[in-house]
Amino acid sequence: MTLQAWFALLVAFALAAWAVGALRRRTARHEGGRRFFRHPTAAWGIGVLAFFVIVAVAAPLVTSYDPWEQPDIIHLKNKPPSWTFILGTDVYSRDLWSRVAFGARTSLLVGGLGMLVAVTLGTLVGAVAGYYRRWVDAVLMRGVDVGLALPRIFVLLLAIALFGRLPLPVFVLVIGFTSWFGTSRLVRAEVLSVRERDFVAAARAMGAGPGGVIFRHVLPNAAAPIIVSAALGIGNVLLLEAALSFLGMGVAPPKPSWGNIIADGAPYLATAPWTSLFPGLAIALVVMALNAVGDALREALDPRQEAM
Amino acid sequence: MTAWLVRRIAASIAIIFAVVTLTFFLMALAPGEPLLGPDERIVDPPTRAELTRQWGLDQPPLVRYVKYLRQMARGNFGESFSLHRPVADALAEAIPNTLLLAGAALLIDFLVGLGLGVYQAWRVHRLPDVALSNVTLFLYSVPTFWLGLILLLVFAEWLGWFPVAGMSDPILCPTVSSFYCVMDRLWHLALPAATLGFVGAAGTARFQRAAMLEVAAQEYIRTARAKGASERRVVLRHQLRNALLSFITLFGLAFPFLLTGAVLIETIFAWPGMGRLATDAILRRDAPVVNAAVLLASTLVVAGSLLADVLLAVVDPRLRVRGTA
Repeated sequence: MTLQAWFALLVAFALAAWAVGALRRRTARHEGGRRFFRHPTAAWGIGVLAFFVIVAVAAPLVTSYDPWEQPDIIHLKNKPPSWTFILGTDVYSRDLWSRVAFGARTSLLVGGLGMLVAVTLGTLVGAVAGYYRRWVDAVLMRGVDVGLALPRIFVLLLAIALFGRLPLPVFVLVIGFTSWFGTSRLVRAEVLSVRERDFVAAARAMGAGPGGVIFRHVLPNAAAPIIVSAALGIGNVLLLEAALSFLGMGVAPPKPSWGNIIADGAPYLATAPWTSLFPGLAIALVVMALNAVGDALREALDPRQEAM
Repeated sequence: MTAWLVRRIAASIAIIFAVVTLTFFLMALAPGEPLLGPDERIVDPPTRAELTRQWGLDQPPLVRYVKYLRQMARGNFGESFSLHRPVADALAEAIPNTLLLAGAALLIDFLVGLGLGVYQAWRVHRLPDVALSNVTLFLYSVPTFWLGLILLLVFAEWLGWFPVAGMSDPILCPTVSSFYCVMDRLWHLALPAATLGFVGAAGTARFQRAAMLEVAAQEYIRTARAKGASERRVVLRHQLRNALLSFITLFGLAFPFLLTGAVLIETIFAWPGMGRLATDAILRRDAPVVNAAVLLASTLVVAGSLLADVLLAVVDPRLRVRGTA
């Protein structure tokens, strides 16, 4: 690694630490913010997430090789970590750190956007079902029952096998479309209870239409569990992406994603374990951080529940 | 209670029926055809025409669907495209293997998970609890297949304690026939079951710890302490018994987790079970096998949640009185 990359990495660490401190100061005035940071691992979680997001955004700066570059496929393949290649090289002599850093872009993007699609869909369906009740509710929730009974990994494999290798945006959509069922149940339950409260009746009495009532009055008061489940859900999508890419049906090589880097290394596990080890650790760290942040958010937003 | 149960079972069957229909039409209407799969490229036109006719692929999907339902009603899963044998035979071979793996994993999951959860809640916020919380958080967050690879590397490759892949020694023990072969089977089972079991146990432990702590804050625990019950009696009889209620829900959710896990774990450890059968069938567009596998998988998932609901109703008198929940 060049000096410049080391320096950039140091700056990334510092920035992540600074972000945690800044967030803590910014939220210290609110009771919820203090509760959030009282959780033992919340600050660590935010720090880890901030670090990986910075690395993903600044991937060309914190690495000194191109993730596709094959410096010397004969002599430099499957090299253990060293000062030149801090995480070692893979079977094509590509710099592993650079692939993990650029892979963070793909994996975090798929995780974040996939969950965004899922939460949006789940919230819409759940809100409509919970607000209109009667046959709308019955039809939508029976659909959700079917969706939950479908084995998700089979459905995803099926979609990918039938329609060939999916381009990244379609892959994200497919993951989103198969991940919203749980959220919609949660939102429906929340909306069912919120819609009976007096301020909703008041809003309706003042002539607000169904859209206004749902978006302006009902959903903001049902937001807490949605946010928590979204934070925990991103981790699930990350794990799903990794599993699909590992089976060779997710993100297409040579574009790096944490899942397909693990797959790249799997055949050489005995001789060059680092190729599979490090991207897996990266996934574990990010998912741990997301779980910690999700728990802390739950405590901050809903103090009645003890954290899991 | 009976009326509720009948309705619940009817709804479950309707869900499975919908899943089967959905899968069938997804397979039937998707672009491409099974004969042009990646590894079975049949170019010879007469052969293709012959097979298309033989498998009934020249008929419209709706006709095939009706035929398929008739077949299923008679318990016939049809003939596999890629394996050249009845689907039922392939399933009969794969299902026991997956049941063995999933059963062992479930045992580890619940025994270790429950034990850890109860112990952690008892020692809450002290050193053992904090340390174990970090361990379970890590295992809960790790990709299952990656943990499998790492365990494979350490215990099979480096230490040589366990075999690298497969279900049994193919030369000495092709079938279970002696005590030695039973041990051989267990020895092959250890790593894949441990991988799946420990990841599951981490989730169970986290859940159980939270459930125990929630119960610990209840008034009746204070009452139990006030009347002078021993610590052991309070924890095991008052706290654990009530916390087990939410554990039953978790039990129903364990089925889909094991199913997803099995797909990947079977691939890594070359375990000839349902997960691998289904994955291979999907890749080869082997519709009869895919349909049967999805039917089985969704039945398992639906049965899991049905079982959990029934158990809850049996165990929890509050639900029994309400009845219609």
